[in-house]
Amino acid sequence: MSVEAREARQPWILLSPALTAIFLLLFVPLLFIVVYSFWLRTSTGADQVGFFLDNWREALSDAFYRDILLFTLKIATITTLVCAVMGYPAAYVIARSKGNKALLLLLLMLPFWISYIIRTMSWINILGVSGALNTALLWLGVINEPIQMLYNQTTVILGLVHFLLPFMILNVFVSLEGIDTNLEDAANSLGATRMQAFWQVTLPLSLPGLAAGGLLCFVLGAGTYITPLVLGGPGDAMFANLVFEAIITQLNWPLGSALSLMLLAVLGALVLIYNRYLGMAQLMKGLG
Amino acid sequence: MGGTMGWHLLRGWTVLVYLFMFLPVAVVVLLSFNASQFGAFPMTGFSFRWFVELAQNEAILRAFRTSVTLGVMTAAISTTLGVLASLAMVRYRVPGSNYISTLLIAPILVPEVVLAVALLLFLNFLGINKSFTLLLFGHVIFTLPFVILVVQARLISIKRDIEEAAMSLGASPRQTFFQITLPLMLPAVLAGALFALTISFDDITGTLFWKPGGVETVPTQIFAMLRNSISPEINALGTVMIVLTVGLPLLGLAIARTLSQKRGI
Repeated sequence: MSVEAREARQPWILLSPALTAIFLLLFVPLLFIVVYSFWLRTSTGADQVGFFLDNWREALSDAFYRDILLFTLKIATITTLVCAVMGYPAAYVIARSKGNKALLLLLLMLPFWISYIIRTMSWINILGVSGALNTALLWLGVINEPIQMLYNQTTVILGLVHFLLPFMILNVFVSLEGIDTNLEDAANSLGATRMQAFWQVTLPLSLPGLAAGGLLCFVLGAGTYITPLVLGGPGDAMFANLVFEAIITQLNWPLGSALSLMLLAVLGALVLIYNRYLGMAQLMKGLG
Repeated sequence: MGGTMGWHLLRGWTVLVYLFMFLPVAVVVLLSFNASQFGAFPMTGFSFRWFVELAQNEAILRAFRTSVTLGVMTAAISTTLGVLASLAMVRYRVPGSNYISTLLIAPILVPEVVLAVALLLFLNFLGINKSFTLLLFGHVIFTLPFVILVVQARLISIKRDIEEAAMSLGASPRQTFFQITLPLMLPAVLAGALFALTISFDDITGTLFWKPGGVETVPTQIFAMLRNSISPEINALGTVMIVLTVGLPLLGLAIARTLSQKRGI
């Protein structure tokens, strides 16, 4: 074999284990649940192989599923907006700070290493009936009885914001860091106030980072079922909770497949739109 | 923005954002040392009793062993796959490399719940039931993209000149890889492995789908304990997890820094 041919073959040899794993453990299983979603769960508990539209009819026409899908999108939207409002100024400060930038960045990475379940449950210590806030309010005499602040829609959003905020800050930071600070100075010297320079120069240039952070917050937020289970009430189930119920509790795997694919279609569409306009490179910058 | 006044406001806001991120976690650590027998305020004294009880809780120790075994095996497999793939992407001109990189990070573009369902149903169809094997496959596939992203980012900074110099001095490709490339890559490999270990150790979303009944990892154990009520034991377990998953990477970082300073790179 010639040297060139060997040179051309080598990367594929190196790539093949990873690509095989992704093909067999991701793409084939995804195709498989497409097929599975047309099977039927029978009353005996066995799955009947065939081409039935029942699961899809149920998943797409039942108002119950539609309402929970809309509720999920609403929660994810609010979470993303809150993350943007909280995170953008913080990312700006980190990007523009001089002395303690390294420390601020290191601190920003720490939440990624702290388990999601621990960060989620930590709010029970703060907002629970005998949590920090109730204890403080009782001690101050503001209230006479502890209030139940947990297990509602707001605490679900709070938990999600706490989980996803670092993703937003990191992505915005990466894009702000890539902007030449001379641009702002140039705008200033041309007569723009610092405020104008920010709104007309820096903010537009950092929008790709904001979009990448927003996409991550939205997709990760809309795909969660743990946060509603830990911090939500009985009425706060999100779409992924329905998937979990169908697969793990009811063992209705065909219906669970259809519901999973619905979630994938909605969130996948967002990823594709993002990819079409901004490309994956921005997202990878923030993740790496 | 708006002079120093605006800057001060922004800095104040940032301090609040950081407090929001860390205060609840700090409270977990604080309460794990609470002498009171309820996992909540007020603090009645300082005590290590909950850590002692943790060490005697058979279920928690079992969960710990499962998590560590799973994490180490996941890290080993996914780092091997990830390093090879990263080498291909960084060192060679791969046709269609844009598509390949998107393929390589596909497991994190798919919502984890969907990945969990697909893998569970497909492997069950092949006769692999909920088991440690299923958990391992699952953890490998969703840690792989993170390993690839981390390793790739670090590989780029290794210059090819050193390898070419070795080759021109008569080293075989094999010798060059093991004596030059691999030692230079070591920090990248370790960073990837540590990342995979941490992600695997912390995962709950996929794990709850894949784990067989009766088998718990530390996060699913915490989740199961939360069903009753929050106890000081959960806070203590949380503290141990935080020390492990934050302390280990920080230690790794410190070691890597010392090593590279010694070598003068």
